[in-house]
Amino acid sequence: MIQLQNISKRFLSNVVLDGVSLDVQDGETVALLGPSGVGKSVTLKMINGLLKPDSGDVIVDGLHVPKLKRHELAELRSRIGYVFQYGALFDSDPVAENIRLGITNEDQYHDEAYWKERVKECLRLVNLSADVADKYPAELSGGMKKRVGIARAIAGKPKYLLYDEPTSGLDPVNADVIDGLIERLRDELGVTSVVVSHDVRGSFRVADRVALLWQAKIRAVGTAEEILASRDTAVQQFLERDLEMSLIQAEGNQDRHGA
Amino acid sequence: MAAVAGALDLVRYVGRWGSRPAQHVLGNAGRFTYLLIDLMRGLTEWRVYLPRMFTQATHIGYGSLFIVLLVAGFAGAVTSLQTGYQFTGSLPLYYAGAVISESMILELGPVLTALILAGRIGARYAAELGTMRVTEQIDALESLGRSPITHLLLPRVIAGILVIPALTMFANATGIVVGYLTAKGSLGLTYADFEYGARYFFRPLDLWYSLIKSYCFAGAVTLIPCYIGYNTQQGAEGVGRATTTAVVSASVTILLLDALTTKLLLGVK
Ligand SMILES: Nc1ncnc2c1ncn2[C@@H]1O[C@H](COP(=O)(O)OP(=O)(O)OP(=O)(O)O)[C@@H](O)[C@H]1O
Ligand SMILES: [Mg+2]
Repeated sequence: MIQLQNISKRFLSNVVLDGVSLDVQDGETVALLGPSGVGKSVTLKMINGLLKPDSGDVIVDGLHVPKLKRHELAELRSRIGYVFQYGALFDSDPVAENIRLGITNEDQYHDEAYWKERVKECLRLVNLSADVADKYPAELSGGMKKRVGIARAIAGKPKYLLYDEPTSGLDPVNADVIDGLIERLRDELGVTSVVVSHDVRGSFRVADRVALLWQAKIRAVGTAEEILASRDTAVQQFLERDLEMSLIQAEGNQDRHGA
Repeated sequence: MAAVAGALDLVRYVGRWGSRPAQHVLGNAGRFTYLLIDLMRGLTEWRVYLPRMFTQATHIGYGSLFIVLLVAGFAGAVTSLQTGYQFTGSLPLYYAGAVISESMILELGPVLTALILAGRIGARYAAELGTMRVTEQIDALESLGRSPITHLLLPRVIAGILVIPALTMFANATGIVVGYLTAKGSLGLTYADFEYGARYFFRPLDLWYSLIKSYCFAGAVTLIPCYIGYNTQQGAEGVGRATTTAVVSASVTILLLDALTTKLLLGVK
């Protein structure tokens, strides 16, 4: 279970989060929505301790993340996969080694038969062909990098997964593959996930519940139906604008396919 | 360990009340010391850093060999010509053998090699680590429960500490050989004279001194750029700043260490 309790965070005079609370139950997928720059990535980084809250507590798997010693934090992190918004691939290592580094069990990491098989499997799960393994990150397209980032995050079979905009920059087919993967990891392996997104439709599909981050606070939490039925003007505003955006994008894609 | 950490916190605490530059210096000194402690602690994890260390060592070793030997060769040649110019007619020729070999081993070999490598290895380390910091690769490593100390810093530091003294010894040898050949060409110094002069003033301690010096310099060339690169902030501009700062700080530290080791090690002889 992931619990954010009354989190506040500021950078100098820029108050990013102001009393944010959110619970994610075991085996649940929660989507975190919000406009650009609202603090979605910052929130996600608090969960695995890459950033510390100024006040409030973060509890993951029963551990108080901000208070953990370094080796305890490392141990916890090996159970949390993190998909970085911009990939953050190790660019001096080939794709295979990138994914292999995601295998957090040291014995499995050194077991050649195991890791080779696991790298192949992870590439297949994110819809990449096996020959990508020998390429370097600089040789990949943006969408391919994103998917290698996802493959690296799932390679260690984590119990928790934090996705920072996993489908942004992907074509609709691959976005569907990733959404499907997120669902399968939850249904088949019981993975607990937080999916940061500003794609309202995609997140309604994968998430059990949706939270809207708005002006440094969680403005609304609930199932897709509850959020859609919300009378809160901020929520409505955000949904309308975003649904409009995705309609425009969908039309654009149709036009391109039709032409 | 706790006592050291406590003392460092005190340093930071006192630093906070000082002027900004003082705070800056103390803060950096504190964080640098913490990093050194972390590096020491990481030494037990050889399974992680050894393979990566070999990769780094081959990269920087082969990559730097040519420029190091080139510089050492020129230094030997110029020393030889200068010696000839200053000695003409006033001192026996075999003295040139002593001057060339002693100045290469004691000073030019270690110092020039270290300064060149501050520009080559130091800049490379700072830029690599700085880029990894600003593109979140260091965060990514940590998010996998892996330690940047053992995966990134220790392989680089140890590779440098192995390779730099070795390169220095090659530089010494090259400088002396080229120096001798130049003296033979321009002064007509015979090999027998050269060898006589070189041996006459040579003490085995000199080689140890050269080696100790190059180990100190290797520390400066690796640790300072790693520290600065690892703590890079603010994008591409930050990486640029980190790289120049790293090269300048490493070079100045080399010169300071040069003065210090000369005073401490040669003073007692
Ligand atoms: N390391 C940092 N130092 C200073 N300010 C930061 C830092 N990280 C984030 N911020 C600030 O925090 C705010 C939230 O950033 P964050 O990256 O979480 O936004 P986001 O919701 O993920 O946006 P996007 O959808 O565009 O990715 C921004 O105003 C940003 O300037
Ligand atoms: Mg973000």
